[in-house]
This record gives sequence, structure tokens and C-alpha cells, in this order.
Amino acid sequence: MCTTCGCGTDHVHIDGVGLALSRGAHAPLTGTEQFVPAAPLPVTAEEAGIGAAGVHAHGTSAARIVQVERDLLAANDSWAAKNRQRFAASRTLCLNLVSSPGSGKTSLLVRTVSALAASRPVAVVEGDQQTSNDADRIRATGVAAVQVNTGKGCHLEAPMVSRALDRLPAMAGGVLFIENVGNLVCPALFDLGEAAKVAILSVTEGEDKPLKYPDMFRAAKLMLVNKVDLLPYLDFDVALCEANARKVNPDLEVIRVSARTGEGFDDWLAWIARAAA
Amino acid sequence: MHEMSLAESIVQIVEDTARQHGGTRVASVRLEIGQLAGVELDALRFCFEAASRETVAAGATLAIDQPPGQAWCMPCGGSVTVGSLADPCPDCGSHQLQVTGGTELRVRDIELG
Repeated sequence: MCTTCGCGTDHVHIDGVGLALSRGAHAPLTGTEQFVPAAPLPVTAEEAGIGAAGVHAHGTSAARIVQVERDLLAANDSWAAKNRQRFAASRTLCLNLVSSPGSGKTSLLVRTVSALAASRPVAVVEGDQQTSNDADRIRATGVAAVQVNTGKGCHLEAPMVSRALDRLPAMAGGVLFIENVGNLVCPALFDLGEAAKVAILSVTEGEDKPLKYPDMFRAAKLMLVNKVDLLPYLDFDVALCEANARKVNPDLEVIRVSARTGEGFDDWLAWIARAAA
Repeated sequence: MHEMSLAESIVQIVEDTARQHGGTRVASVRLEIGQLAGVELDALRFCFEAASRETVAAGATLAIDQPPGQAWCMPCGGSVTVGSLADPCPDCGSHQLQVTGGTELRVRDIELG
């Protein structure tokens, strides 16, 4: 566990049930793991194959170089590929919503799923470090939601989404929204099997946020500029914000919305319909 | 701050490789972490030390190659070097850049000790 930010992949809870991947501390992820109830993984020096002294001699004659050439994200990506196959088989559009905390992701989702649910199957996977508050807000609209609590983890990873999918009803031809952990850094790197990442930036933040966090805005296909109903009270320059975002991602699409008033939602819902077609 | 997840991946790959080759100790691990990969190297080193504790990778030194950011500039029609994803083309100032290198995240090789 990282003591700088506390991030790590252990101790994931899905709808309150603790789960862990069935890999030992020493087994590589292969993409075929099963989930089991979380339990401490026994680790001994003997299992780990190290001597009691644990002393290493660098550059000795006994040293040998072993070529590896393996991608650090290969295991996550293999799970993401499997999620993507599931979405393709059920003709489900999966969108991964990413933003900093407080951009209005959940409010935007509540309004979005309420508008969509009458015409097609909709479900939500909610990612947060703690609480089921967000899933509860979605369920209050009548839409199915699964809450993934990452504990101290700062982003969702593809195996967590795979497990969450097992708890959702069949939704052929539907739309699955994944609300990632509020964080503009880490979720950029982890493919969950989505069709697109949708970055949300609210006008109470800074216009230069896309320049400060370029990885996320580069990974996104669409940016929703939220809370535009507040623009009359702010100095926020939307055009400058959009120009900054296109500096890091010239192909980025942008829609201005307000989850509170519904402004821009016709465009946002039309974007979803096109993506799902 | 996803460096802990990456450090855990490194440890898994190293342990897997060491086991396949009958290694019981790993002296060093050589990584390739591109300059545009979005990884804080100090944080990665810190996390690797924590994640590798009580494994064959414990105490291994990390050697990190950092390929520079490379992009194809569409207006220039040529390859340029960029320091970040927000940088313009150093020649023409355009942001119409297609990243072609510098996002590598991989374990190159390990030295069994």
C-alpha cells in the first residue's frame, strides 16, 4: 500500500461485499483470475523464495540478464478486452465518466439516466473510495446501479468493472455508464473496456485544467463543460477552456451542459444516441 | 497517483519471470517509462520498494530508461520531440500533433543475482 496517497488495488468492495482477486501475492495477473472473499494473503520469505538474510550481490559473476519486454498494463488491458467483448455481444454502449471530485458527475448522471431510461436499458457502475451514496442516488431514479468501493484505490481497474457487470441485469442495446473515482490523473491510464472516456469539467474550476492534467483530456473523446448555468456569476472563459483542451487533444468534442437546468442535454443525449448507433 | 498499481504490476512480472528461470533473487530491474507516460518516477521507486517487500524483487535496483516524447506534426509533416502532451510543435507552434513515442510502460529485462 502506498503511504504517499494510499492507493492500491487491495480491499475492493462491490455493493459492500469485500472481494479480492484469487491471485497470490506472487502470481502474475493472467486475465483468468476469479474473485473470492477478501482475506489476507500469507506471505513468507520461504514462499517468496528469498533467503533469511535477503542480501543481494549486484553485478556478480552469477548474475544473468533475462529479457522480459512485458507491458505493465497488459493484465488490466486483457480484462478490459474481455469487458469490451461482453459489451459488443450485448450491443451495450459503455461510457467511462472521468473528472475531478465535485464536477457534478453524479448529478449529471442522474439527469442523464432519467432521460434515457424510458427509451433504452440503462445501468450505472459507481466508483468511489467509500460510501454507497452515489449508487443510492442512481437507484432512486429506478435505474440499476452497482457501487464499487476502491478503499484507498484512486481509480477503477478493468477487473473491478468485470465483477460489477456480473451484478447487473442483461441490458441488450443499452447504455452502461461507469462513474470513475473523482481524480483527473490515475483513471486516464486504465482502460475499462469502454467505448469512450467522457471528461467532465465544471465552470467553477480553472480554464487551464486541461493543460494541468493533459493525460486525462487527451484520453477523452468528449468533454462536457458542466454547470454553465453559473457562468453569469463567474469569470470563467469557456472558449479559453475549450481552446486549452484542444491543445492537448485536437480531436476532442465539447458540449456545454448544466445538470441543474438541463441546458445542453439535447446535444449530450444526441451524442449518446450517435455513439450507441 | 497510480504508481502503486504499476509497482504491483512490476513485482508480478518480475516474480513470474524469476520463477520461470529458477531465480531466487533479483539484483536489478530495467524499465522503460516514456516521458509522456504520466508516471512520477520518484513515486514509482517509492511504491516499488513497498510492493516488492518480502518478494524475490526485494532490494532490487530500478534502472529506468526514459524514451523522449515523440510526435508527428501534421502541418510540418515531420517528427518532432515534445516534453509534454500540452506542448506545441517546437518548429511551427501547432498543436496538431499525433504522439508516436514516449508513452512506453514496460519491463525490459531483469538481472537475476
